[in-house]
Order: sequence, then C-alpha cells, then structure tokens
Amino acid sequence: MSRFKPGKKKTLPPIQTSSLPDCIFLLLFFFMVTSVLRQTNIKVMIHTPEVTEIKKLEKKSLVSYILVGRPQPQLQAIYGTEPRIQLNDAFATTDDIRDFISSEREQMDEIEQKQMTVSLRIDKDTKMGVVSDIKQELRKASALKINYSARRSYAGKK
Amino acid sequence: MAKTRRELQPINAGSMADISFLLLIFFLVASTMDVDTGLSRLLPPMPEENQKDDQSEIRERNVFVVLINKDDQLFVEKEVVEISELKDLTKDFIMNPEDKPNLSEKRLESIDYFGDIMVSKGVISLQNDIGTSYGKYIEVQNELAAAVNELRNALCLQKFGVRFEDLDPLNENENAVIEAIKKVIPMAISEAEPKKIGGN
Repeated sequence: MSRFKPGKKKTLPPIQTSSLPDCIFLLLFFFMVTSVLRQTNIKVMIHTPEVTEIKKLEKKSLVSYILVGRPQPQLQAIYGTEPRIQLNDAFATTDDIRDFISSEREQMDEIEQKQMTVSLRIDKDTKMGVVSDIKQELRKASALKINYSARRSYAGKK
Repeated sequence: MAKTRRELQPINAGSMADISFLLLIFFLVASTMDVDTGLSRLLPPMPEENQKDDQSEIRERNVFVVLINKDDQLFVEKEVVEISELKDLTKDFIMNPEDKPNLSEKRLESIDYFGDIMVSKGVISLQNDIGTSYGKYIEVQNELAAAVNELRNALCLQKFGVRFEDLDPLNENENAVIEAIKKVIPMAISEAEPKKIGGN
C-alpha cells in the first residue's frame, strides 16, 4: 500500500554531466585524427564526371592536385569564363606545371617520391585540348602516376 | 588552534565542455572528410629523342582503335557506335573467343598459377580530338576499364572462386594472384599523341 502513496512525488535526479567534456574530447580527437585541413581555396567550379570503376586514393600526403574548370562566378569578371588551371592557391598556365611538380616533389621523402600521384580534378565540360596539354607536361616532368578524379556512379553497376 | 593550511579548491571544470565544443566545431568546419576517388592511370614516359617509333611492329588486327571526335561521337574501328556497346566490343576484341581474323591475336605464355595460357596481343588505341569533352573521355575510359575488370573478374571466379575486386593487394599471396591475372588479361591502353581529327 505504501508504494502508491499519492502525495509523494519522485523528483528526477539531474543528469550527470561531469563526463560530458570527456565525450566531447573524444569526438574532438576523432575529428582531429581523421581530418585533413583544407589547404586551398578552390577558385574554379568543378563537377567531376561519374564513373563505376572507382578506385580510392590512399595516402593523401602523396597526392598533389591540379584543378581545372571555369572560374567561380565572382572571379569571372577578372579571369573570364574559359576553363583555367589552378595550382595550389593561384591560377596558372601549363608552363607552371613543371615547377609545381618539382616543388611538390621536394616536400616529400626520397622514398615516397616514386609513389607521388597527381590527381586531376577536372570539370567534365572541359575540352580535352587542355587536358592533353597537362598530361604532356606531366610526362615531361615524369610525374607518371595520375588519377582522374571522379565520383562513384551507381547507375551502371550490376 | 586555527587552521593554517587552506584546503586546495577544486578547479571549476564546468566550462570545459564548452571549450571543447568550440574546438570541435572549429575542426568540423576546417576539415575535409572526403576521400579522393577516381580512375588511376599510368602515363607513358616521354620517348627518348633518338628512340625509334616502334608502333609499326604492332599488326593492324591487334590494334583496337577507339576514337572520340570533337562532337563527342564515338568511333570503334572506324564505325560509329553507342557508348553502351563499347564494353562488349572491347571484351570481344581482347578475348576473341572464336579466333576471328580481324580481332586480336594471342600468344602462348607461361604465367604463375595458370601455367601455359593464351594471352591477347591486343592493344586498345584511344584517340581523341582537342575539342572532345573531358566528361566523354572519362566515360570511355571507364567503359574500357569496366570491360577489362569484368574479364578479370570472370577469370578469377572461374579459377579461384572469388571476385578479382575482392582480392587484397596487401596480402602477399593474393597480391601474387592479382599480378598473375593482370598478366593474363593486361589493360593495354595506348593513347595517341594529341592531334586534330576531322574538321575544326
């Protein structure tokens, strides 16, 4: 009988929050470890093509990026609407690629230099003329491992 | 007797959560999580200046010409084809199951795990115009890769009962299998030096 005494309301104990900082720190460390800081400001618009035979790129530190696409709308007044090449933070021409590759290479260990990969992030509406020029420059710079950046398409996969 | 030593006050850790939240949000905003994916290719090294062009040594039937013109039309062996047909045409060309005289020749090679096996001599020649769009080019590259991967998968399933894609390159034995299969069905794509084809 005494269990159902009407007047005695149980008050909920306050939730223990003393371990909250620990939880947040855990999350924080997770993100710190898994993330790579955004290094470059992307100044070109890129819609990469979609493919089914996708391969993941391992080891981000060995990858250099070459971006090609139309400049962002706010930059079109200065740089025009034709597809441009972006290396690091600035617009560049094909002549700059060799210097870019050699400076990227210098930042790596000697053993890792052979595994250096160049990822080509190219807008799908770009003409192949530009792409061929870049590939020729990469051959001259003997950066032969390349990766055509693309997204996974689920349409054609069985 | 009065207390001389004051007890140490515990540090107030109530705002610790707020501080770490702030840090967390900073890292969330400043980081990229996306893994880069795409099609990996190896470019051919620049030819030596005094090196002779050895293209003539490949017989015509062993070359599978895939051409994309400036209007993104696809030609296979000088005939217009749809992109959906390309994969099957490529597979036929490489395997040549009926030994047709216009498709690729084979030569006998001895390869680990397979013993003596016929390997195609075929080379896919991918040509494009300056005006070809990159999207189309990648689409074609993808179809060619898909053809080769399907053949490798089929071979691997038949021989070992596993899919080629499921083999782990970090495992030493499986890596040897991968290398062997790559030798039996090579992905020989040769890209012509850029040139203009048809009109302007």
